[in-house]
Amino acid sequence: MARIIVVTSGKGGVGKTTTSASIATGLALKGHRTVVIDFDVGLRNLDLLMGCERRVVYDLVNVVNGEAELHQALIRDKRTENLSILPASQTRDKDALTHEGVEKILNQLAKDFEFIICDSPAGIEHGALMALYFADDAIITTNPEVSSVRDSDRILGILQSKSRRAIENREPVREHLLVTRYNPDRVLRGEMLDIRDVEEILAIPLIGVIPESMSVLKASNQGVPVLCNDDSDAGQAYADVVARFLGEEVPHRFLEPTKKGFLQRMFGGNG
Amino acid sequence: MNLMQLFRSSRKEENTASIAKERLQIIVAHERNGRGGRDFLPEMERDILKVIQKYIEIRQECIDIKLDSHDGCSILEVNVQLPN
Repeated sequence: MARIIVVTSGKGGVGKTTTSASIATGLALKGHRTVVIDFDVGLRNLDLLMGCERRVVYDLVNVVNGEAELHQALIRDKRTENLSILPASQTRDKDALTHEGVEKILNQLAKDFEFIICDSPAGIEHGALMALYFADDAIITTNPEVSSVRDSDRILGILQSKSRRAIENREPVREHLLVTRYNPDRVLRGEMLDIRDVEEILAIPLIGVIPESMSVLKASNQGVPVLCNDDSDAGQAYADVVARFLGEEVPHRFLEPTKKGFLQRMFGGNG
Repeated sequence: MNLMQLFRSSRKEENTASIAKERLQIIVAHERNGRGGRDFLPEMERDILKVIQKYIEIRQECIDIKLDSHDGCSILEVNVQLPN
């Protein structure tokens, strides 16, 4: 049985697509057949972060409408074996998706893939509801910042009431908290919510903490998931998340401020 | 902390993270309360206002309704400010 994982947040710009790209890549690198679907109809971006934007011919809406076969729309990742991308439509209306249409595609994908990652659009409207409806797991992407934490709590409420598992009274969607753009230096200075505060408020298990990192922008500039960069702290943190998701016990890293040298402490610098 | 920050921080700076946490705890608890069903408070407020207005002339702003939970016990607080 394929596991359907939604990457969601409520708020925009917190790192859903970055997370979807890296987690999908990480699962595939571990040998699992994985497909990642962009649900952000009208504003597709997953293709850019995966570096396959010039290979998009058909998209999710084409398949839902029967204008293309699923295998025609799936893009095989160049870098990683076992990984495919299903892009969103750039031109259609976000209401183009229907429960029946999406379910049909997911059922078809479940035959060929072990993990189906659904990259949700921001907000709590149709597209976001479609992305989370069929989920078995939810990765709640949250920045340590008031509006993001509040919106994450809101999306948790929606998962608990409007997902298929909730409606059919089945075992609830497994929720995982992923805190991104964490800056331990600012936490130490009392300028940023501590990871424990975010955990306490949202009260769901923590699957990982991704440090704020220059390498994330560099990776998206290049269209390579940051997980592929072994030297990057964010990339390593994403690899840890994937391992934890697969049941490995991995201690959390990058929660403490970086140690600075004497001169750097005296005169600043981009630590 | 560098030298410039050392001078700046001689002014007492507030720990903004703890303010954020406090604010979040309040708003999130409040919003979770409303999740159980539909948010009936605005409608109830209008109804109570109508009943009072049958007898006393008051304005919408004079009525304030809150629903709080303490230790599993819910308290409905209705505050009506009557005109002098």
